[in-house]
Amino acid sequence: MNDMRILERDVDTNDVKIAAKGVQVYYGETHAIKDVDVEIDDKTVTAFIGPSGCGKSTFLRCINRMNDTIDVCRVTGDIHIDGEDIYDSKVDPVQLRAKVGMVFQKPNPFPKSIYDNVAYGPRIHGLAKNKAELDELVEKSLRRGAIWDEVKDRLDAPGTGLSGGQQQRLCIARAVATEPEVLLMDEPCSALDPIATAQIEELIDELRQSYSVVIVTHSMQQAARVSQKTAFFHLGNLVEYGETGQIFTNPVDPRTESYITGRIG
Amino acid sequence: MTDAAMTPPEAARPIKSLVHEDARTKKRNASERRFRAYGIGAICTGMFFLVALLAAILSSGLPAFRQAVVEVPFTLTLEQYNTAEEALLKTGIYTDYFVTSLTDTLESEGVEIEFDEKSIERLLGKVGGDLRAFYRANEDQLGAPVSFELAAASRVDRYLKGTFEREDLQGGNRFFMPEDFDLIDAMREAKLIKQVFNWNFFTGVDTGVDNPGGAGIGASVLGSFFMMLVVLVLSLPIGVGASIYLEEFAPKNRFTDFIEVNISNLAAVPSIVFGILGLAVFIQFAHLPQSAPLVGGLVLTLMTLPTIIISTRASLKAVPPSIRDAALGVGASKMQAVFHHVLPLAAPGILTGTIIGLAQALGETAPLLLIGMVGFVARYPDTFVEGFIEPNSAVPAQIYNWAARSDAVFTEKAWGGIIVLLLFLITMNTIAVILRRRFERRW
Repeated sequence: MNDMRILERDVDTNDVKIAAKGVQVYYGETHAIKDVDVEIDDKTVTAFIGPSGCGKSTFLRCINRMNDTIDVCRVTGDIHIDGEDIYDSKVDPVQLRAKVGMVFQKPNPFPKSIYDNVAYGPRIHGLAKNKAELDELVEKSLRRGAIWDEVKDRLDAPGTGLSGGQQQRLCIARAVATEPEVLLMDEPCSALDPIATAQIEELIDELRQSYSVVIVTHSMQQAARVSQKTAFFHLGNLVEYGETGQIFTNPVDPRTESYITGRIG
Repeated sequence: MTDAAMTPPEAARPIKSLVHEDARTKKRNASERRFRAYGIGAICTGMFFLVALLAAILSSGLPAFRQAVVEVPFTLTLEQYNTAEEALLKTGIYTDYFVTSLTDTLESEGVEIEFDEKSIERLLGKVGGDLRAFYRANEDQLGAPVSFELAAASRVDRYLKGTFEREDLQGGNRFFMPEDFDLIDAMREAKLIKQVFNWNFFTGVDTGVDNPGGAGIGASVLGSFFMMLVVLVLSLPIGVGASIYLEEFAPKNRFTDFIEVNISNLAAVPSIVFGILGLAVFIQFAHLPQSAPLVGGLVLTLMTLPTIIISTRASLKAVPPSIRDAALGVGASKMQAVFHHVLPLAAPGILTGTIIGLAQALGETAPLLLIGMVGFVARYPDTFVEGFIEPNSAVPAQIYNWAARSDAVFTEKAWGGIIVLLLFLITMNTIAVILRRRFERRW
């Protein structure tokens, strides 16, 4: 990994977790992602920003191969996680998704109890040997999701009965319960109010200690608040990628500057 | 004009009042009122026909559930028993005893009438045999007074209900003679005749033309039951399996489109076509037993499958994709996502569709005519397996059969059968509604 080290970045580690090279995505005839190269660091929050339809969510969904579920979607190019090509024919997308967790735009808890929501992933991956271990894992995950105190007395209540912000934190808890190494977040706060958003942002900052977090967001303030590195997508191209501070204060590309100053987008 | 030209253009616009309807609004409101009137009219028409239909069914069918019985007190002494058992024509002697006893009973009520055992046989069936069977089985009842309830023949029933008059009888036949009317009147005067619930209609089997009153729907209900068992066991797993594959796993290409279109078309194929297909494939080619509920069930399975597939696919489609994403996102395989999350959410819809499909199949007659399930079946199957392979009828086929017979009692039975069938259908649909209410989950 040493040869892939990127120097002089204000991040906790300089290990590259995800390396994408020449990624192209087509939805039928539409060329959604055009030749994207990006290297995402471990234990870092990376934000993808850009106007609607610029391909940031599409690219995010390439990282855990969620695009496989869309029939017309075709992905070419290489995406490596820890040096392994995730589009290799030998790679089982199910194993990949256990390693790369995802939180979606709209909170989508299962219509089951809070406990079962979190326990589902560990159960299907056999992460807990017995009930006690599972209980412990559920508690740990709910604590990491910063929702334990609110739900500890009603773990049997349906997850769908929680408020929007709580549901989203439950989904984050569910995602971390499978012990992923990368956490993808697709506009996790777009359906939430500012208070819930603040809670989630705080949570993302904590999650950075253990995961590589990639977050797609429409809010530039949010990107500036939570991320260490920022990638700006425009019309399917990765226009600029770098330290968040540098992108927001001193962007190199004129398109980036127009976007962050509000002239396009 | 000069003034008008000088005023600014804005001031020239007339001020519209909100209180008065303008012409367009009036027109719009009128058309809305008209549409509502059409709707109410349509509903009222529908309700009227429904009520008329129900009234017709109930008024014609309910008498089938009631039956006239003649209640006669009777005492048989030990000597009489021994005499009768030693005689050559044993049941004849018993009938004689009964005639004497009935004459006495009528006399004690102040009614005098002459009648013979033939008359008794026409009105009450083979009474002698019934009595003998009773006393041979219950010898301890000898010498004690016993009250016999004897089912009256269907013509007695009809005479009492007023659908069969003296004028209707032309000279008499082996089923009924003019003097029988007098005996009925006599028994009615002595208050020996009463109406009871006709359990035999539910437990009995089909009968020949000589005993229309004894015909029951029991055997054909059993036939329908075995068919529904076949339909349920085959069409639910096949239909749900096919839908899950088509909806969740199959690639979307021309071939699957073609299959989809054909499934929708199958749902619209007339049932008689399935009947002739069943005849050709299951009976003539595969040599499965004719007229058997097994074959009926197979044919109805073919008919029910499209219904189940269409409703299952609709309920699978109705499950929000976010649930699938959530399951796949935590690393569930496609199959785990479907079976752990999608299917439970779609289950109420699938169950409803299945029950409605079954209800449709239960009421289907045309295909059964072609595979021979309209025969005369006057016995119950002996074992569970025979229930599938022995010739049997089904409720709608039995109704068709009865309605085609000339005797008015059979027509009444047909109406009664329709009530039974409707009760089954209403029950099934109610279960469907309850299941849907109960298991429906919000997300």
